[in-house]
Amino acid sequence: MLHIVNKSHRQTASLESALRLARDGDALLLIEDGVYAATAGGAVMAGIASAVDRLKIYALQPDLEARGMAGALVAGVAAVDYAGFVDLVVEHPTSQSWL
Amino acid sequence: MKKFMFVNRKAPYGTIYALESLEVVLIAATFDQDVSLAFLDDGIYELVKGQQSKNIGIKNFSPTYRALEGYDVEKLYVERESMESRGLTEADLLVPVEVLSTAEMSELMQQQDVVLSF
Repeated sequence: MLHIVNKSHRQTASLESALRLARDGDALLLIEDGVYAATAGGAVMAGIASAVDRLKIYALQPDLEARGMAGALVAGVAAVDYAGFVDLVVEHPTSQSWL
Repeated sequence: MKKFMFVNRKAPYGTIYALESLEVVLIAATFDQDVSLAFLDDGIYELVKGQQSKNIGIKNFSPTYRALEGYDVEKLYVERESMESRGLTEADLLVPVEVLSTAEMSELMQQQDVVLSF
């Protein structure tokens, strides 16, 4: 299953809930304000740093760039472009957007 | 002249708040008011250097913060706790700011005639 989170972990509980409900081996894609959770200043607090071992975690590169965060991506999280986003949706039979 | 404070608490791009705040700030400055900007919580992300938004199809409005000086808007305040808890320092920001403790920020808010929240 693919989980998609587009809100900052400091503004809403969307990411917290996604991480709680995601099963080991699931994919998590962070987009829009969700990408702050994958940056050096946010990954530990957001729970991403401890989730990289059990989930496949991705962050959308254009959203990182827009926010000046492209250089701050933490290890264990893969940057994907829009084509990669589409591939992830195609690869997983179900997607959930945690709005 | 009234003291206006604009409190910015949202990241740029994900919502329209940051951009709308800037627009109103510029309007207030045009009317010769005493304008200050406070950056709290995710609002601190509005000031991060190196924003390149071309590939998300939204205008990069961050250079506007550097232009505020030209409108005599020179009071930009950042709450230290919000900045540090996001792993950021003043060197990561694209404009000079005054970094305040939480207590100092509270005090400054108390002194305003009008506080507008974004």
